[in-house]
Amino acid sequence: MKLYTQSLAQLAAGLKAREFSSVELTRMLLARIEAHQPQLNALISVTGTAAMQAAAVADGLLARGGAGALMGIPMVHKDIFCTEGVRTTCASRMLDNFVAPYDATVVAKLKAEGMIMLGKANMDEFAMGSSNETSYFGPVRNPWNPQLVPGGSSGGSAAVVAARLAPLATATDTGGSIRQPAALCGITGLKPTYGRVSRYGMIAFASSLDQGGTLTASAEDAALVLRAMAGFDPRDSTSVDKPVPDYVAGLEQPLAGLKIGLLKEFFEKGLDPANERCVRAALAVYEKLGAKLIEVSLPNLGLSVPAYYVVAPAECSSNLARFDGVRFGHRAKDPKDLMDLYKRSRGEGFGAEVKRRIMTGTYVLSAGYYDAFYIKAQKVRRLIANEFDQAFRQVDVVMGPTTPTVAFALGSKTSDPITMYLNDIYTIGANLAGLPAMSIPCGLVQNLPVGLQIIGRHFAEERLLSAAHAYQRETDWHTRVPPGYE
Amino acid sequence: MKPEQIASIAHLARLAMDEAEIPRYQESLTSILSFVGDLERAQTEDVAPMAHPLPGLVQRLRADVATETDAHELYQANAPQVAASLYLVPKVIE
Repeated sequence: MKLYTQSLAQLAAGLKAREFSSVELTRMLLARIEAHQPQLNALISVTGTAAMQAAAVADGLLARGGAGALMGIPMVHKDIFCTEGVRTTCASRMLDNFVAPYDATVVAKLKAEGMIMLGKANMDEFAMGSSNETSYFGPVRNPWNPQLVPGGSSGGSAAVVAARLAPLATATDTGGSIRQPAALCGITGLKPTYGRVSRYGMIAFASSLDQGGTLTASAEDAALVLRAMAGFDPRDSTSVDKPVPDYVAGLEQPLAGLKIGLLKEFFEKGLDPANERCVRAALAVYEKLGAKLIEVSLPNLGLSVPAYYVVAPAECSSNLARFDGVRFGHRAKDPKDLMDLYKRSRGEGFGAEVKRRIMTGTYVLSAGYYDAFYIKAQKVRRLIANEFDQAFRQVDVVMGPTTPTVAFALGSKTSDPITMYLNDIYTIGANLAGLPAMSIPCGLVQNLPVGLQIIGRHFAEERLLSAAHAYQRETDWHTRVPPGYE
Repeated sequence: MKPEQIASIAHLARLAMDEAEIPRYQESLTSILSFVGDLERAQTEDVAPMAHPLPGLVQRLRADVATETDAHELYQANAPQVAASLYLVPKVIE
């Protein structure tokens, strides 16, 4: 078995047994990145020299024994996470030259585990997009077909893992930005419960929705990483002070008797019949394993996309007010006064989609429209969260498709924002309600991956991971590598 | 949405915008607002607005003690223009 297709657990075992060194592994993956980056554009920065140095340090620690489960394993961070001394752009011209003065908590935690950062992944600008086409650094291409998008906003992270350029990439999910690219690239994506993973040093988009998580090949890999990434952080005021379970030990929970809710609204119009067949086949596997399928309905779920496109832009307009051309970020040349400095720095620094969302948010928060749009959306948000609550009284998890279709062509949805927004129709509900959710590969349609989404109760990551793991023991979709990357 | 409204929102959001750009935003903001106008359908009498997704969780406060050490040189390394530890902007007071 080739090293780059091995699981995190296999890599860790190989490193511990000194079958190969972290330096060898890191060098091999850097060479893969070099070979495939021109085609995929999956990374914004590659930090090869620092990676090789860190790998040598990890080898020293491994030789002495007693190293942790992730020591010496290379990975990639989404370029939304601040990395001390390393350029952190959020895929925006605004932060093109920004060198983060500190590490995000997620970065610090994985560094402390001895993981080796290979570089920073491309993404939609400020995580606003569903196709990775809003990046200032150009679109990322889907490893399954370079004419197609990888999904977004964590498209670079997903392409890296799908193409086996690294076994792990971090990612963030505000409305589906982990799960949707995971589905379109055929890998496993985990968005934990809101507050489970620290947002400190993760550049804010919509603070009541943003959550950091993982993109890996399998649920087993995700469990290993989440165990290291999750936990209370006093530096994030919405971080939840709750013990972190051993997600790896929890993987083998039996599936028999698991009550799976099939969301009626997920299978209505809009879902491609071929995708539906893959999802239904996956559900049949769960039934065979002893789970019980129960239909549930969330009547207001259809309003989740409109509610999101009020709440998220409102929070984004407020969060992105910090980019003023004064303290950091892009500054316009020769401003004639302070107002000109603000306006032109922001006008030049932000791309079209970011500006569109800032303006939408500014509008819905402005006097006269606040109640009609913003308060109304917050009320609908509660209705949807309450309906999920009701559903979880009957079932343990909810399952359905992650996306309505497989990956679509580059440029095919960029002209109409609503068409693009509707891509997240199945994923946004979990963000509004703060629920943990995953996407796992469950089939191929015309040689393109399809994702199965699993949503759980607050802090039920163990349940999600074990359900995903049970399916991945029965099937091999998560081991499929795109042609040309085997 | 009228062109004047777009210009006014752009001003509130402190975004420079050419005349030529306005129609594009006019079109997309109009379609976004009509799309989110669907929210009107929802029955929300007696529903409290939800600002935070976890039930019962309140924002933590910390003790009012200094925890950060002075690192202005590090932070100002990213600033476009600095002199004598101060951020420089165009003249504000005549």
